[in-house]
Amino acid sequence: MRIRARPISVGIAEGAALVSKCPVSFLGDVNPETGEIADRNSDVFGEKITGKIFVFPESRGSTVGTYVLLQMRKKGTAPAGIIMLESEAIVAVGAIISGIPLVDRPEIDVLETIESGEAVKIFSGREGWIEIDR
Amino acid sequence: MELSPEEERLLESDNETVRKCMEILVALGKIYGAERLIKIKSAQISGISYKNIGDAGLEWLESLDARVVVRSFMNPAGMDVERWSEMGIDRDFYEKQMRIIRALERLGVEVSLTCTPYYLDSPSFGDHLAWAESSAVVYANSVIGARTNRESGISALASAVIGKTPFYGLHIKENRAPKVLVLIDRDADPAMAGYELGKITGSEIPIVDFGRGVSKEELKLFGAALAASGGAGMFHASGITPEWRDFEIPDERIRIESSDLKSDCHPDLIAIGCPHLSLNELREISRLLKKYGKVKKEVWIFTSRKILKENPEIAEEIEKFGAKVFADTCMVVSPATERFECVMVNSGKAFEYLPKLRGVNVVFGSIRECIRRAVE
Repeated sequence: MRIRARPISVGIAEGAALVSKCPVSFLGDVNPETGEIADRNSDVFGEKITGKIFVFPESRGSTVGTYVLLQMRKKGTAPAGIIMLESEAIVAVGAIISGIPLVDRPEIDVLETIESGEAVKIFSGREGWIEIDR
Repeated sequence: MELSPEEERLLESDNETVRKCMEILVALGKIYGAERLIKIKSAQISGISYKNIGDAGLEWLESLDARVVVRSFMNPAGMDVERWSEMGIDRDFYEKQMRIIRALERLGVEVSLTCTPYYLDSPSFGDHLAWAESSAVVYANSVIGARTNRESGISALASAVIGKTPFYGLHIKENRAPKVLVLIDRDADPAMAGYELGKITGSEIPIVDFGRGVSKEELKLFGAALAASGGAGMFHASGITPEWRDFEIPDERIRIESSDLKSDCHPDLIAIGCPHLSLNELREISRLLKKYGKVKKEVWIFTSRKILKENPEIAEEIEKFGAKVFADTCMVVSPATERFECVMVNSGKAFEYLPKLRGVNVVFGSIRECIRRAVE
């Protein structure tokens, strides 16, 4: 099944999905050393985003979050790709400078469609889409 | 977003830095709903202090390979690049900080290290810019009538390399309309009034009636505080700023009284120069010191290297009275401030950020009150 989405950070990525229904701030909610979700209120608290296709609705918080993705990339704890319902500048710029593919505004509600653990591919270029085995 | 054939080619550039910079501008354009990119006159890049961007930022900057195509300025660093050891900065920090500065210099960014680039080369009314330092953004938009959004360090750098910025937000005249009318008590300190107003109005653009004449330096302090405590990118001042007459006066009204928001900690550092001081302000400090005499506390004065170089006598006059005049840095982005308990400032911006970012207590006073406290 192919889901159209808006390309924000270009590239191709694949991995197991990790779906968070809560908004995420990369500064504070994610531990860049381990790649684990550190926000106790998160529905995916303690899960690792490393190597995953990280799916979440939106981001919040400080502009320093941009450099957190870069740090994670350097330490090898970064996600393989990101899918957001609506992206914003902090995560978008962080993803671009870290070379992490990012798409947003998927044509269907991926928080309901995609399940954590299932294999997902992202294509982000002139056009963007998400591929799942259905 | 519509891109010209030339812009499309930059997205396919063989130069990875150019490609990434273009990718950043296009992504931001999509996110903010810009229809196209527009040319800018200058860029001002924040995120210079090693304290703020760390090794991840430093190594990323060193990995870049391109040249900026418009005049581009650096925001303050984490130290005075000449007198860093006097500030208590260690060699490791010094070396990391110099690597950041050199990485940007290699791209063609001027080593201006100031939050007041408009004192170096003022933009003109209507110029489009990509500036990142929030107090400079407010000054450029409000006092000069140039047009810039509040960029991040990275988006400003991307704009410097491409020479363009996405056309949205404060670049568009209708988005510069005031949403609230603010009457400020004529006895109120403009820096404190800006601080209090920002807490109330957030990122909304106000039109302000000061009830008296105010200097450009007072507008600078007001805007810096407004942007720090609230997040607005500009303000209008009735009868003063260039676009105040261009819009309808909003119905919503707020009054800001003269305030006594003065915490009672006893300062072990008095820091003046957030944003960086103009020559006029330096002269005022010099006059006050001549009047009141030698300082008995640590007093740090911050300005730009350019103003110091062009007016060496002013720093000498001030330092004769025991105060120190530093350039290239500021109290907010330098770790040097952290070893003090209580800092006295004349800045609403520093009043907001010093406790949050440097973990110190603050007390507020005008330049005159700061100097009087220093000689006690």
